[in-house]
Order: sequence, then structure tokens, then C-alpha cells
Amino acid sequence: MTNITLGEAGIIALLGYAVVFFGLILLMAVTVLLGKFFVATTKKTAAKEDAPAPAPAAAPVTAPGTAGDIKLYNVEPKTAAMLMAIVADKLQKPLNELRFISIKEVEE
Amino acid sequence: MEILYENLLAFQWQDLVMILLGCLLIFLAIKKEMEPSLLLPMGLGTILVNIPGSTALTGPIAELYNAGIANELFPLLLFIGIGAMIDFGPLLTNPKLMLFGAAAQFGIFFTLSMASIFFPEAKDAASIAIIGAADGPTSIAVANTLGSNYVGAITVAAYSYMALVPVIQPPVIKALTTKKERMIRMPYEQKSVSKTTRIMFPIIITVVASAIVPDATALIGFLMFGNLIRECGVLDSLSDTAQNVLANLITIFLGISVAFNMVADKFLQLDTLLIMGLGLIAFVVDTAGGVLFAKLINVFSKKKINPMIGAAGISAFPMSGRIVHKMGLAEDPQNHLLMHSIGVNVSGQIASVIAGGIILSMFGG
Repeated sequence: MTNITLGEAGIIALLGYAVVFFGLILLMAVTVLLGKFFVATTKKTAAKEDAPAPAPAAAPVTAPGTAGDIKLYNVEPKTAAMLMAIVADKLQKPLNELRFISIKEVEE
Repeated sequence: MEILYENLLAFQWQDLVMILLGCLLIFLAIKKEMEPSLLLPMGLGTILVNIPGSTALTGPIAELYNAGIANELFPLLLFIGIGAMIDFGPLLTNPKLMLFGAAAQFGIFFTLSMASIFFPEAKDAASIAIIGAADGPTSIAVANTLGSNYVGAITVAAYSYMALVPVIQPPVIKALTTKKERMIRMPYEQKSVSKTTRIMFPIIITVVASAIVPDATALIGFLMFGNLIRECGVLDSLSDTAQNVLANLITIFLGISVAFNMVADKFLQLDTLLIMGLGLIAFVVDTAGGVLFAKLINVFSKKKINPMIGAAGISAFPMSGRIVHKMGLAEDPQNHLLMHSIGVNVSGQIASVIAGGIILSMFGG
């Protein structure tokens, strides 16, 4: 094809646009199926893993030195718990391996 | 003595106009930050090839052009980088968004009809239409493969309008939507996409899209190859190289070698202005096509879609997606459309490559 008229171009344009839609609809269908297939596979795998009764968990071992009192000065217990959780998270250590002596609100 | 000014006398006004155009491209790249990575090398390249007796034109630029553009290599290599940059997650979460990518290719086919009035040669009309893909590498690859006489003008139009997407799209979107429509909220349902799905997606898209449009195999294959490198999880270093080093390197070579077509006798024609005009029409109609399609879906759907997201289907990744998101926020600061608009935007990337392949299969033979 060397030259093209407006009429021919219009027909080709309509056909081309239709093919783009067809292609994308097909890809959409394939993507939906792909997603469903892998979701189903993941669920099956998870179900298999859940099937055997979990072994009774061993009694947690408390790190030595975790017991003991913490003294709070002008701090609500709820706030203190939150602060201790943040510190444990930042240090990447379980809370029961840390020992807090006291928490005191500094007033300016 | 004559040797000192002989070349100066060889300058013609056309050469000077092209050198000024090169300076304008450099100005736009630096001052306006319009696609600077491409317009700057193109600008300098334009200056280099329009100096009478320039050895750059016959030497390195011609070599680079033949080595990388005439055989489509540079656009394809650039696609590896683009593929590595794209996160298909939002699209995998909601695959229906692919329809909007298809709708926003309307500009390509509308412009094909318009271009046929002014450019009766099929290869030229088709190459001009592909400016509507809003995707530089696809435009270059298609125009070159079809052997268009206007590769330089088409490249300039494609990249200029891509840079001007923030200027072109908002007025079109506003003209076609009401404030109420622009305020439609679309809650985003966060769904986890498994790693296997992310890995399988580029492979399956390559197979299916290539089977439908064999002429798009190279384009879609290289795009998805880049994405596979990104998603496989064992090639982080290659993914990083593709996204940065490879993409930057190819952009440098692409920009300067495109200038091979920016010589005065090829570029300074009334046809160039026509191509720029048709390119603008393509971008406007693309945007309108996406928005109107979303409005059409809203007629039949109970769950309303913000029609602005349809405009993001014009490819131009990721600018178009961001513009829609910003426009949504401007109407309602709590309306976050980013995930939807980026999903549509990446589907536009796939759709534009498929459209490029269709144009090649229809006009390449």
C-alpha cells in the first residue's frame, strides 16, 4: 500500500482501534485468570500447611532479670507501656529481655 | 586566506534557522525542563548537523543513526529500561483498568484519518498517527520501520508533546468533565499481588500480545524483559543498571542521533508544521477518548469511576498518571486517585505498544 485515501484510512482506523480493544480485553482476561489461579494456589498451600495440628508451643522462657518493678513518675501506665514497646522495637529486642528501672516525665 | 571564510560563506539562512531551532530545544530542555534528557542532545545534534560541511553529519552521527535508529536498536534497548521502571502492581490489582489504556489510543487512529488528507503516502500518514502513542521509542521505531520521510519531525513532535502533557491534558479533561465528576472518589482496595503473579505477568503478556500482533513482538518483548528483570528478585543489580545506566546511555545516543534527520532541507518544510499540528490533535483526542470512555462506563456501572483516570491511558508514563492524581486533589484534597491513574497509565504503555504493532502490521508490508 503506497497511497491511502481518507475513506480507507477511516476503515483501517476503526479496524485498528477494534484490534487494540480486543488485545487489551484478552490481556485483561488472562491477567484476571492468572490472579485467580495464583490466589487459589496460595490458599491451597496455606490450607495444607494448616492441616497438621500445630505442636504445642514450648513454654516461653523468660529472660532473667525481666521481673521487677518499674517506677513511674507522672506517667500513665498506658503511656509507659507504649514507650517500652517503642524502645523494644527500636532496639530490635524482645520486651522481656529489657529492663526498665523508671520512667519520668521531664517538665520544662 | 580564503580557506578561513570559505565555510562561513557556505551558510544559508535555512542552516541558521535550524541552528536557532537547536538552541531553542536546548533552552526548552534547560530552562523549561521539557524532557531535558532528550531535547538537549537533540538540540546540540541539530546544531552539529546544520553546520555546512559538518563532519558530524557524515561521520559519528550518521554511524550512530545507522547503528541504533535505522535498525530500531536504541528504542528497543530503551524499552528495557522503561520496563524495569514500571510497577505493574496497580494494574494487577485491578486488571479492568486495561480497558482505559485501549480507549486512550483513539488519538492514533483518529489522526491516521486526518493525516491521510495531508499526507497521502500511507507510510507517512501511519507514522504521523503514531505520535498519538505518546511514547517516544514507539514513535521512532514505527516511523523508521515504515521508512517515513518525516522521522525527525515526528520525533520532535512526540517528545515535545510528551513534555507538554501537563499543559495539554488538564484543559481537555476539564472541558469534558463536570466538577461533580472530577470529585468522584475511588477507594483503593489494597490487594497483595504474589511474587509469582508479578513474574508470570510479563511472560504471559509477551506471549499473548505477540500472538495477537506479531509485529509488536520486539517492542513488547523488550519492555517486558525489563520488567521481568525488575520483578524476578534475583537481578537487582541488572534492574538498577537498566533503570539508570542503560536508560540514560541510550537516551544520550538516541537524542543526538535523531538529529541526523534534523537537517534543514528535510525539516524546514510546511509539512513539519502540519505534523506538529496533527501530533497535538493526536494527544488531545487520546485524552478525550480516555475520558469519554470512562464516562460511557459510568452510564452502565453502579460503582462510579472518576472519568479523569481515563486520560491517564495515553501512556506518557508516569506524567499522565500524576497529572490526574493532582487534578483529583485540586478538586478534593481527600481524593487520592494515584493508584488508579498509574494503573491506567501502565496499561496505556502496553496498549500503545500494541497499537504500534498494529500500525506496523497494517502498513509495514
